[in-house]
Amino acid sequence: MVEKEKITEVVLGCIADFNVLNGTSIIADINTVLFGMGSELDSIDFVSLIVAIEDKICYEYGVVISLTSEKAMSKKNSPFRTIGTLVDYISELV
Amino acid sequence: MIIVITGTRKGIGRYLAEHYLGQGHNVIGCSRDTTTLSHSKYYHYYMDVSDEKDVRKMFFGIKKNFGSIDVLINNAGVASMNHSFLMHIKTIYDIIDTNIVGTFLCSREAAKIMKDKKRGKIINFTSFAVPFKLEGEAVYAASKAAVITLTEVLSKEYAPFGITVNAVAPAATKTDLVKNVPENTMNNLLKRQTIHRYCEFHEIVNVIDFFINNDMITGETVYMGGI
Repeated sequence: MVEKEKITEVVLGCIADFNVLNGTSIIADINTVLFGMGSELDSIDFVSLIVAIEDKICYEYGVVISLTSEKAMSKKNSPFRTIGTLVDYISELV
Repeated sequence: MIIVITGTRKGIGRYLAEHYLGQGHNVIGCSRDTTTLSHSKYYHYYMDVSDEKDVRKMFFGIKKNFGSIDVLINNAGVASMNHSFLMHIKTIYDIIDTNIVGTFLCSREAAKIMKDKKRGKIINFTSFAVPFKLEGEAVYAASKAAVITLTEVLSKEYAPFGITVNAVAPAATKTDLVKNVPENTMNNLLKRQTIHRYCEFHEIVNVIDFFINNDMITGETVYMGGI
């Protein structure tokens, strides 16, 4: 069982890497919106970030997870909506 | 190159693996059963292409060990020639799982790795059963029609990452997929092709090499033998 704090660190680290790679300055905290209204990411950025997080979880913790969800595109219930909801979702999977 | 080929235990997949190994490439293959293929540059995974966990594990292993993938050839496929009245539900799901779900999952996981280098080639296998509306192949033809649609849609989704997605539809080829089909049925089929003979494995390689060597072709299906 991986602690939520550690998953949060992984997600924040991926966003920091993303900022460096793409010259962006997304300020990341648990309320940062990743998907839908208020997100600074376009669709390609968004899927790239999710894949990077998936990868990092695999490397750091040896857990092969698949960050997919039937509710991915739901405006209200998407687990990808904010960093906080994403961390909650990942902690259910690992 | 690092080339991933699904369904390498026998038939076209095996031929492709041996062909690219012979050219000095690293080949990663997979199948549901054991393989007799042994080569210093060949790596085999025993897995089911329709099992998401298996597929994730295989591609994670490839990324860890090789760092990248240049080409994915989604060759794994199953067929069952039968009138729809006699088609068992298990066979239907097996065809859909391997031909559609397997192609989708392997493409998705390979593309996640390819996108880091902003290049990659995905080549899918479809069939002349689609344009011929082949009687007795309802589910197989439907699954291969889905592969064409997957090819077209994924080509658009993956283009921003420098990845091309194309499909080859070999003409009638002597493989296990047709070994139980009566001879006169096969002869009638050959008559419907523009070129009235069986397709050879090396001719399929020519089409695959065309896709591998071309950055400006994507979302296309090449029907061999003429339809």
